[in-house]
Amino acid sequence: MSNHGSDTDNSPAVASNRLMDIIVGALMLAMSSVFIFDSMRIGIGWAEGQGPAAGFFPFWVSLLMGVASIVNIARAAMNLEEDGDTTFVSRTALVRVLTVLVPTAIYVLLIQFIGIYVASAIFIIGFMVASKESLLRALAVGLGVPLALFMMFEKWFLVPLPKGPLEALLGLA
Amino acid sequence: MEEIQSLIGGFQVALSWYNLVLMVIGILLGVIIGVLPGLGGANGVAILLPLTCSMPPTSAIIMLSCIYWGALFGGAITSILFNIPGEPWSVATTFDGHPMAQQGRADEALTAAFTSSFVGALFAVILITFLAPLIAKFALQFGPAEFFSVFFLTFASFIGMGKGSPFKVIAAMCLGFALGAVGLDKMTGSLRLTFGHEELLGGFDFLIAVIGLFGIAEILSSVEGGLKFQGAAATIRLDAVLQTWKRLFGLWATSLKSCIIGCWMGITPGGATPASFMSYALAKRFSKNGHNFGKGELEGVVAPETAAHAAGTSALLPMLTLGIPGSPTAAVLLGGLMIWGLQPGPMLFVEQKDFVWGLIASMYLGNLVGLVIVLTCVPLFAAILRVPFSIIAPVILVICAVGAYTVKNNMFDVWMMLAFGLVGYTFNKLGYPIAPLVLAIVLGDKAEESFRQALLGSGGSLAVFWSNWLVGSIMTIGMLLLFWPLIGPVVARLKGSGPRVDAGGGLALASPIPTPGVCAELSPAVAPSPSEAAMPARLRQLRGENAELKRRLAEAIIDADQRVAMTVEELEAENRHLRDRLTFYASQNDRSKPN
Repeated sequence: MSNHGSDTDNSPAVASNRLMDIIVGALMLAMSSVFIFDSMRIGIGWAEGQGPAAGFFPFWVSLLMGVASIVNIARAAMNLEEDGDTTFVSRTALVRVLTVLVPTAIYVLLIQFIGIYVASAIFIIGFMVASKESLLRALAVGLGVPLALFMMFEKWFLVPLPKGPLEALLGLA
Repeated sequence: MEEIQSLIGGFQVALSWYNLVLMVIGILLGVIIGVLPGLGGANGVAILLPLTCSMPPTSAIIMLSCIYWGALFGGAITSILFNIPGEPWSVATTFDGHPMAQQGRADEALTAAFTSSFVGALFAVILITFLAPLIAKFALQFGPAEFFSVFFLTFASFIGMGKGSPFKVIAAMCLGFALGAVGLDKMTGSLRLTFGHEELLGGFDFLIAVIGLFGIAEILSSVEGGLKFQGAAATIRLDAVLQTWKRLFGLWATSLKSCIIGCWMGITPGGATPASFMSYALAKRFSKNGHNFGKGELEGVVAPETAAHAAGTSALLPMLTLGIPGSPTAAVLLGGLMIWGLQPGPMLFVEQKDFVWGLIASMYLGNLVGLVIVLTCVPLFAAILRVPFSIIAPVILVICAVGAYTVKNNMFDVWMMLAFGLVGYTFNKLGYPIAPLVLAIVLGDKAEESFRQALLGSGGSLAVFWSNWLVGSIMTIGMLLLFWPLIGPVVARLKGSGPRVDAGGGLALASPIPTPGVCAELSPAVAPSPSEAAMPARLRQLRGENAELKRRLAEAIIDADQRVAMTVEELEAENRHLRDRLTFYASQNDRSKPN
């Protein structure tokens, strides 16, 4: 997004692949335990007249996922994975990713309150201004895209998208 | 010939003005989708799918499949002009395509890429035309056990043929199955894995997963690298097209080989990406000009492009005949069939003849229309690529959010899309495969249903999966593939003397696992062979370091390309240095070549 040149190289690593392998493995193991627990609640055996019970398939699938996760964690811990010492994400890279991810999350949050069209306009204009595009350009794209979306969805395809106070004020909601 | 008659009927369906216009719109959208980062075939189709509900199903699938063809074409443009593969399957196209563009032969490379794509697709469509009805007729006799065995084979082949750690494939796949199982169980009506949350009643929609895993994740990866586009402008002159076509006739053997590889990898869920790599490696191995590959050899563009398109197209064969998609995009199209109220599978050929043959006919027409459009509109598409990323990124994120919302008119899905984006970003970096995850979410329900019905019929005995030669042999092949990561090394050890690292030693054709061997040849340090674990720790560490350094070097070079204001002296010095490196690697490659 920004014009930083080749600065990814030198910034310190925030996490190695090895560490992330272990974290992801642990998360998947936790998920599989929860899934196994819930499957056992609804029954994993044979239901008369229905064949295998509803929990049968999720149970075995989750069990397999758990076992595979344990192997993955163990492989990472013993440094058997191919590029375990490679940087998963450097500090510069993490900052770059967050400068997109956080505004996007705020954008999704905004949709719920002010509707998708206004939120999109704010998001696009903000994003472009923050990445040093000219204000005129930002306004053109930021107003043009939501307007095009509005015409396309509300008028052409008749698919209503979330709208907020502005649309209500204009009598469009 | 019954097929020919049906096909003519199909052309009558497809050849209406309405459908032709949709075809052109689809191809144009598809190329743009293929050119832009963050929008690929799979999530592009996923975003547009809800909009097609009001169209007749035949027109809808014609447009969506044309988006798919367009995306396949579009990937080549970015690879050749900008050295940025717009799609994973066009990575191999950059190897020779971009050097050609740098030598001022961009029009040749683009013509070759588009024409090869067309040839690959045409081969696959002809295959579909004659094979699909046969397979569908055959599959009409399938019971639940047979269907489960095919599902089983599909998923087992991800483990047996995938590159990277089989345990990561299993973990990703099972996560997909588990996510697919969330919600109301159709057979018993009980709620599964919802934990009292109302939003989860309907389960995870795989379209959301696709938009997040492919779209959001790719934007995040692009941002991370500080991606900016910079590339050669290109127009295609008619005489260059004719010249290149003349040369392409001489490469018919390579084309044919690539077609066959592509179709095979497309029908089995190997997919377009490994097909393109494999075909490139094979062409390099058998070509007279093999030593010239990587420096701008026409054949090096033809081979991967033909295979990628043949694979991408033939992935629709199992989707149409068995209801089992061969690629994530085919999976999304399959989801479309269900949304339009059509039941995918062999019955489609009996009950919806018009639809099926209309689609097949549109594949011929769509690819022809596509070839004409891409050949004439290259400057337009190249211009899109010069739009700065700071404009493209927010617009694509908005489009993804809108797409996710329209799937079920639900805000929860938009949050899920973001979550899937993070998962995809992480998985990509750690080598967890995305394709089996997506296919498991799509097919989990059906695989489970066939499994439970088969067991219900047999009274719980697993012997039903070996009850006749057909289901038995499919299951056995599936089992072999499933345990291949264990069996493979043993077989290799019995054959040769111990696990030998085939470092740069060319494509091990005798190797029963094609993909890792091929990738190992293309970049020995990046994709190590399966016997990696047997290597001394120091060697492994150095290899890892080497891969990382090369990756950084490539990144730095791309970044350097963007610094326009370099002095003559600086550029001279840098070029001298780069030539040195090139000579070094060329000598290394010569050394490792088998004589």
